[in-house]
Amino acid sequence: MNNLENKNTDSEGINASHKKETGFANLKYLIVGIFFGIVFVKAEIISWFRIQEMFHLQSFFMYGVIGSAVAVGVISVFIIKKFNIKTLQGEKIEIQPKTFSKGQIYGGLLFGFGWAITGACPGPLFAQIGTGATVIIVTLLSAIAGTWFYGWIKDKLPH
Amino acid sequence: MNLLEIIQEPWPWYIAGPLIGLTVPILLIIGNKSFGISSSLRHICAACIPSNISFFKYDWKKESWNLFFVFGIFLGGVIGAYFLSNPNNVQITPELSEQLASYGITDHSGLVPAQLFSWESLLTLRGFIMIVVGGFLVGFGTRYAGGCTSGHAIMGLSNLQWPSLIATICFMIGGFVMSLLILPYILSL
Repeated sequence: MNNLENKNTDSEGINASHKKETGFANLKYLIVGIFFGIVFVKAEIISWFRIQEMFHLQSFFMYGVIGSAVAVGVISVFIIKKFNIKTLQGEKIEIQPKTFSKGQIYGGLLFGFGWAITGACPGPLFAQIGTGATVIIVTLLSAIAGTWFYGWIKDKLPH
Repeated sequence: MNLLEIIQEPWPWYIAGPLIGLTVPILLIIGNKSFGISSSLRHICAACIPSNISFFKYDWKKESWNLFFVFGIFLGGVIGAYFLSNPNNVQITPELSEQLASYGITDHSGLVPAQLFSWESLLTLRGFIMIVVGGFLVGFGTRYAGGCTSGHAIMGLSNLQWPSLIATICFMIGGFVMSLLILPYILSL
């Protein structure tokens, strides 16, 4: 169980579902992704300019987006827990708690640097490529290289 | 205005934000999935270049939903840009417009400024830093932090996780420092 071993430092992205899903079932995530990508483009969240306006405190827009997204998320998770809502497959909904590590500070600051330079977090990178900004493929490959480098050097970093 | 014209206009934050927030319960309900995007980069490493590193030795196929999800985001980008696109320039505040003009960035026609991010600019020092170094920091930083804006700032905060609050605060501090203090030097290159 390598997953378990990595959970200490990286609990994100570990599938909480115990049911094996077929490739076909994955199509529903594709559809949610499409919906999400359209919102990214239409609200111009993937715009480099919007991110600069946010960090220059020149526009409320991104604070409104993130704030209202979190508000809806908090209410949704509260309702799911309160009423013990099950998944469509009838499973109990499980959310992995996040464990603290110094990585959230050091990694967080480094990601903040990258976010302000590229004007994109990982999600918008995919959408930006979709809009035809093909050079962002290089940014994405570099982000993959950065992730790989983290995996390679992980044990030597403070956590 | 007909419906298509309304959709073509840039959407306001109070529409976009709640729609993004709804992704959290939708993913939980349709398959018990915690919203997070940066892990897709890890799965790509695990699938393509695991290199015998323990961090990449896990059953990535079990996490393949995440790769379908990000491929969907790419397709959403295509649809948003080619079928629902806003014919006008990106509206930016006059202050930012003036600041950027002093670095020669005057083209606001795309969401990604072509004067900074293009295949030609990749070969310049400024372009290399913005495209390659910036991307590397995004990939390295998110994984070191254990998540990005989606995994920590939205999913983590939705579940009231204090480590995610720390991560989110650090994302913002890093962004402010870069955008206000360091980026002006990079843009001047």
